[in-house]
Parts: sequence; structure tokens; C-alpha cells
Amino acid sequence: MTIIVKKITQIIAGPIFLYGLYIVAQGHLSPGGGFAAGSFIAGAFILLVLAYGDKLRHLKTEEFESSLIETLGILFFIITALGALLLSIRLGFIPVFFKNFLTKGIPGNLFSAGIIPLLNIAVGMEVGGALFTIFLEFVIRSSKEGK
Amino acid sequence: METLLIILLLLMIAGAIYALEAKDLLSAVVSFGIVGFGLVICFLLLQAPDLAIVQVVVEVLVLVIMIAVIINTTREEIKEKIPRSTYIYYILGFIFVVGFIYLFAVSIQGLSEFGKHSTRMATEYIKNGAVKTGSMNLVSGVVLDFRGYDTLGEITILFTAVVGILTILRLKGRKHE
Repeated sequence: MTIIVKKITQIIAGPIFLYGLYIVAQGHLSPGGGFAAGSFIAGAFILLVLAYGDKLRHLKTEEFESSLIETLGILFFIITALGALLLSIRLGFIPVFFKNFLTKGIPGNLFSAGIIPLLNIAVGMEVGGALFTIFLEFVIRSSKEGK
Repeated sequence: METLLIILLLLMIAGAIYALEAKDLLSAVVSFGIVGFGLVICFLLLQAPDLAIVQVVVEVLVLVIMIAVIINTTREEIKEKIPRSTYIYYILGFIFVVGFIYLFAVSIQGLSEFGKHSTRMATEYIKNGAVKTGSMNLVSGVVLDFRGYDTLGEITILFTAVVGILTILRLKGRKHE
């Protein structure tokens, strides 16, 4: 890509990533949530890979970290749900999968809504990791076959 | 607002039809973008910013990836010779479309008016959702609390898709070496 695209990408990729983090943190307060935030985060990295494609030839054959993030996301989601089931027995609630066992807090505060922010973060990790893993795998394959 | 929505939907239908018929694949992808971004404007008009955010990001990503694929492979559609007997299929398709429109017109008779819902479940969610989940964003409350199993299923589908793609691509790559 030309120097214009690279410079604009340098400037804009960071704010896109931060906006993704903002959306996932505010997912229970304002429009957005895990899916949108994951797409934003993956989009920031995809933008970088697209703009600097020439210099990314040193990508390894099998990139490990993005699929690790993705796997951790789904694991975190299931562990939160299972933990809600087990802890709600201990705390005296009716045991339900996905029981919202934490205190609800005041609606509108950042630390409110019980386990919903945690699940939002898990979904964001999962979606972002998945989208970026798929994209990266295609890029690695095509650049290897192009050689 | 309904007329605006109808104009947008007609534009989207035109874009979709052009995307099917275009000979140049790049213009097909660009006109396919009309469908996605028209959908974004529809969501915004219907006051669904959650869906609009997701749709705009996914649309941009899909367009970028598809344009990258087209630039790297080919811009021309594969030419196929159309056999002579296709007019039977045209007639069959016309009959199917007319029948579908008739069935659709019959089946939407019993629905409530545009913009007015009468579902008891949704009313309950809207009334008590914020109190029961503690979440200001009702969509997050419904998706992650009332409908937690759905979200679990969705991210499991995404996980399975990634595992499948990685399996297929890496298998092919290893054979290639």
C-alpha cells in the first residue's frame, strides 16, 4: 500500500481498538456489546495487516495467539455460567445455569448488572479472536502459496 | 418513515439483483455493499443502534475481505453457456414467485400493524428487564441474561467455524509442502 494508507492506518488503528474496548466495557449501559466490540477489535488488527501486508511476511506458519484468545473467551464464558450455577447453590439461590449471582448495583453505574459485563467481555474476546483468526489464516495461506 | 423505508428496501433489492447479474465481480461486490449499508440505515431508522453498530462493522469487514479476494484472484465471472431449455425454468420460477407472493399476502393478514407489537413476552421484558437484570442496555440484558443459552450457542457456532476453517486450511497447507 502507499504511504498515505500506512500513515492513516497508524493514526486510526489505535483509536478503533480503544473504541472497541470502550464498547465492551459499556456494553451493559449503552448500545453495543460483545459482538460489536469484538468486530471493532478484529477490524483494527485486520486494517493493520491489510495496510502493512508487504512487511508481514514474517508471520509464522501457524499463528497461535489469536486462536488462544478465542479459546479463552469461550472457556471464560462457560466457566462464568458454571460458576454461577455452583455459587448460587452456596449462596442460597435457586441453582440456575447463567444465574446472575452478583449484586445488581445501581442501574447506570459502570459496576452494575452482576455478571453481564463479565459475559460481555467473554463474548468480545471470542468474536474478536475468531474473526481475526479466520482472516489471518487466509492471509498466511495465500502468502505462502504466492511464494 | 414508511415511505423512506420502502424506498430504501427497493434500492437494496435493486442492488442485490445487480450483484447477481453483474459481469465484473468488483462491481458486484460494490453493489452488494448497497444492501448492507441500506440495512444499516434501516436499523437506524427503526431505532436499533445495537444492530446498526454490528452491521456496519461486519459489512465493512466483509467488503474489505471480498475486495481483497477479488483483487488477488480474478475479476471476471466464469462464463457459462446457457442451454436452450432454460425457459422452462423461467416459467417455473415465475409460478413460484407468484405463489410465494400470494402465500405471503395471505399469511401477513393476521399480523399487527407496522410498529405496533402485541407480544406478551416482549412487553414483560421491556417493563421489568432493567430491574431484573440491572442492565441499562436492555439488549445486553436480554441477550446475556434471559437468553444466555442462545448466546452460548452462537459463540459455540463461531468457535466451531474457526476450528473447521483452521482444520481444512492447515491440512491443505501441509499436503502442499
